[in-house]
Amino acid sequence: MKKDIELRINGAPYRLSVEPGRTLLQVLREDLGLTGTKEGCASGECGACTVLLDGEPVRSCLILAVDARGQEIMTIEGVAENGKPHKIQQAFIDFGAIQCGFCTPGMILVAKALLEKAPQPGEEEIRKAISGNLCRCTGYVKIIKAIEAASQPWYFVSKKG
Amino acid sequence: MEYSFVGKNVPKIDALEKVLGKAIYINDIPFPGMLYGRILRSSYPHARVIGIDVSRAQKAPGVKAVITAEDLPDGRYGPFIKDEPVLARTKVRYIGEPLAAVAATDPDTAEEALGLIDVEYEELPAVFDPLEAMRPDAPLIHEDLKSYFCVFPAIQEGNVCSKTTFVEGDVEKGLREADVVVEETFRTHMHHQAYIEPAGAIARRDPSGRFTVWSSSQGIFITQARISESLCIPMSKIRVIAPRVGGGFGGKIETHVQPICVALAERTDKPVKIILTREEEFSATRPRHPAVVTCKLGVKKDGTIVTKEMVNVLDSGAYSCDGPGVAGFGSLMARGPYRIPNLRIEGYCVYTNKVKTGAFRGFGNPQTGFASESVMDMAAREIGMDPLEFRLKNALNPGDKSLGGQVLRSVGIKECLAKAAEAVDWKEGKKGKYRGRGIASINHISGLLTVSAFVRINEDGTVALQVGTIDIGQGSDTVLCQICAEELGVPIEEISILTGDTDATPYTWATSASRLTYTGGNAVRRAAQDAKDQLLDLAAGQLGLERETLEIRNKKVFVSEDPDKGLTFQQLGAISCWAKGGPIIGKESFMVEEPAFDRSGFQGFPFGTMTAYIFAAQAAEVEVDVETGQVRIVRGASAHDVGHAVNPQNVEGQIEGGYVQGLGYALTEETIVDGGKVINPSFADYKILPAVDVPDLKSIIVEAYDETGPFGAKGVGEPGLVGVAPAVANAIFDAIGVRITELPITPEKVLNGIRSRNLR
Repeated sequence: MKKDIELRINGAPYRLSVEPGRTLLQVLREDLGLTGTKEGCASGECGACTVLLDGEPVRSCLILAVDARGQEIMTIEGVAENGKPHKIQQAFIDFGAIQCGFCTPGMILVAKALLEKAPQPGEEEIRKAISGNLCRCTGYVKIIKAIEAASQPWYFVSKKG
Repeated sequence: MEYSFVGKNVPKIDALEKVLGKAIYINDIPFPGMLYGRILRSSYPHARVIGIDVSRAQKAPGVKAVITAEDLPDGRYGPFIKDEPVLARTKVRYIGEPLAAVAATDPDTAEEALGLIDVEYEELPAVFDPLEAMRPDAPLIHEDLKSYFCVFPAIQEGNVCSKTTFVEGDVEKGLREADVVVEETFRTHMHHQAYIEPAGAIARRDPSGRFTVWSSSQGIFITQARISESLCIPMSKIRVIAPRVGGGFGGKIETHVQPICVALAERTDKPVKIILTREEEFSATRPRHPAVVTCKLGVKKDGTIVTKEMVNVLDSGAYSCDGPGVAGFGSLMARGPYRIPNLRIEGYCVYTNKVKTGAFRGFGNPQTGFASESVMDMAAREIGMDPLEFRLKNALNPGDKSLGGQVLRSVGIKECLAKAAEAVDWKEGKKGKYRGRGIASINHISGLLTVSAFVRINEDGTVALQVGTIDIGQGSDTVLCQICAEELGVPIEEISILTGDTDATPYTWATSASRLTYTGGNAVRRAAQDAKDQLLDLAAGQLGLERETLEIRNKKVFVSEDPDKGLTFQQLGAISCWAKGGPIIGKESFMVEEPAFDRSGFQGFPFGTMTAYIFAAQAAEVEVDVETGQVRIVRGASAHDVGHAVNPQNVEGQIEGGYVQGLGYALTEETIVDGGKVINPSFADYKILPAVDVPDLKSIIVEAYDETGPFGAKGVGEPGLVGVAPAVANAIFDAIGVRITELPITPEKVLNGIRSRNLR
């Protein structure tokens, strides 16, 4: 039987009627068309479906949509500010941290959560933070560099004027 | 020479949509009324199919179609040998082979319907080891092998679907001349591409009976051909489009679910989508061939290699797919980047009752490379020579020939070796009792077959580039735009690129063989040159001058001696559309221009030519925990001769990604097959490296400018992976004196080696 719920996603409220067994990933992608969140394994192992729940990275394939009520959900679609890429997104572009792009939304959200907690993390801290998110293309080298750069206060100033 | 766009770190043109989450992949495409397909797969490795009862499934609510081989024409498909059916007909040959497919209103209904299909099997004896499968008394997997159509004269016997032999010089003479002969047998394992985006497709039939197929694919024209031959539909009735592709590494070159989608769309007259589950990905797609490679190397005391012999047996699994190419190409590369006067190399592609295999970054070169580069190390140590010096002494020079007689013009192997070694402080002493360094050097090719391109000058002077390539993340769209921009002198922002549509983009073979920069780049550059020629002709006619008096710069054709006089691309674009009746379209179908092989020593090799050779050296420093057998990679380095880096940042990305995949191949990744069944079909049990396990890594670009490449460029896609496993194995030997001959190098294998040497 469907349940009526309200979810807050990227700052906006959504009223939905969902089957209790549906995951947050399914509801985001299939009911709301927020397809920036990717499905890589559907069992919580690859991290491609990462979203932020109250600022914490979670695997949306392991969370039921009904259990996300009352929390602030952020997906990749909510990261850009006023239509401009967030500095983490800009750093991913500038440092060549993107290849196929399938892990990218999850990586960016994990990086965002990290930088909000630890504004200037060391390399080891970055490696640990993204270790639940698998990337098969880049070997992580440029992803780590991009996150490191985005954490620097000078980044936007010198890189993008 | 300084260029405006080539050699620059131009950001990927698809990067913005990817960081914003707006890139459209196959699973993001919706259609009204779309159905969802699922596949029923064999639960036996080798069995006769007595009957399939689909009546219960057909009656289930929400189920719109259930198909078996009975519903399909008796077509078979494959790149080299047409041996694979879309759905198994009379027998199944591996666990996971498609037997039936369901289309339903939602994925859960389709999945449940699979459980309502009853299959009656009669089990047959199965064979899982390629060496056993080669025995005369082995169960025959394809009784009708000799009747299958092959696109090359394949040498076949029993379960061997293709045998390739290369002979040069006289191996017996070489053995007599050698002071030292080393010989060893190596085993490599099944290795999965493990791209993060699961493969999938959507097929839709229009009222005229024509199909459009969107799919996660590295080869739209290959997909079109395989659907055609397997379902007996003319290629003109099939359009294939690739949206953004979430990685491939070879695994998405050949078809996965596309023919089944088309068959279900035909049955239901609705769009049908199938996305593989991660379990299906690991257990029923086309991973890297396991191999058994025996390698013998004869050397003189002064370090000169005089002879090499190799027998390379690839386990193809149930179908051949790219296997004949992989066995042949891996064997062709087996000479390595060295001068070896006497050679005999045999490659076998052998059917077994395991999941079918296919192309994966390296295409046979990682298997033979592990054996070759391990034996190189063994030989160097046997004659007491530094392994780096031994390699440098025998390494190719510009002007030397490849196996098969191709003259090699751009050869950067010595610089690669020197720089990779330097990056791990090769010449310094050991940094710990159980630390060691290893190196491996490899050759590969950067291109095969053809790419075509169109460069159209729009009415406003901007540019429309059309090319049938597919960017799977490596950055080919960006690199091809850079090459087009450089040739025409038009900024990248004023060039649109359309790729991946069989109706709208000219033919290319596939995203494979490290070929898009070299082969695709040559096609695009020459198409742009053709457009330039036409612009000059048009301007000359308009100005009433000889075209030799004109030049092109800054989107303008002008008179050399009077630069103010001329016509802009915008003016010429407009004139061409009206006065000349149509726009300027530059065209090129670039074919590899190397002479055909000297085939006097070749037998059963499926390719006619290769292209520019590329070279690389990979180094690793390791530390071994002799209590646990754990190998820690302290640091890695990888140096690549890429001719001329069109986009250095992209090149580094390929080197880094390749190295880390190579480390996975060496240490942690293995598709484990037990009794024909893949027993670790998940990321939890198939261990690709996470960021914490990636060592400090140095990527080094070496530029041995190649006159035949676009702006001197060659490829880099595959070789980053190829030499990593032998470099690690050689480093382990350097650290603890244990020679590992079987991949992956698990702690258990290291401990067994330690025990046998009484190191503890």
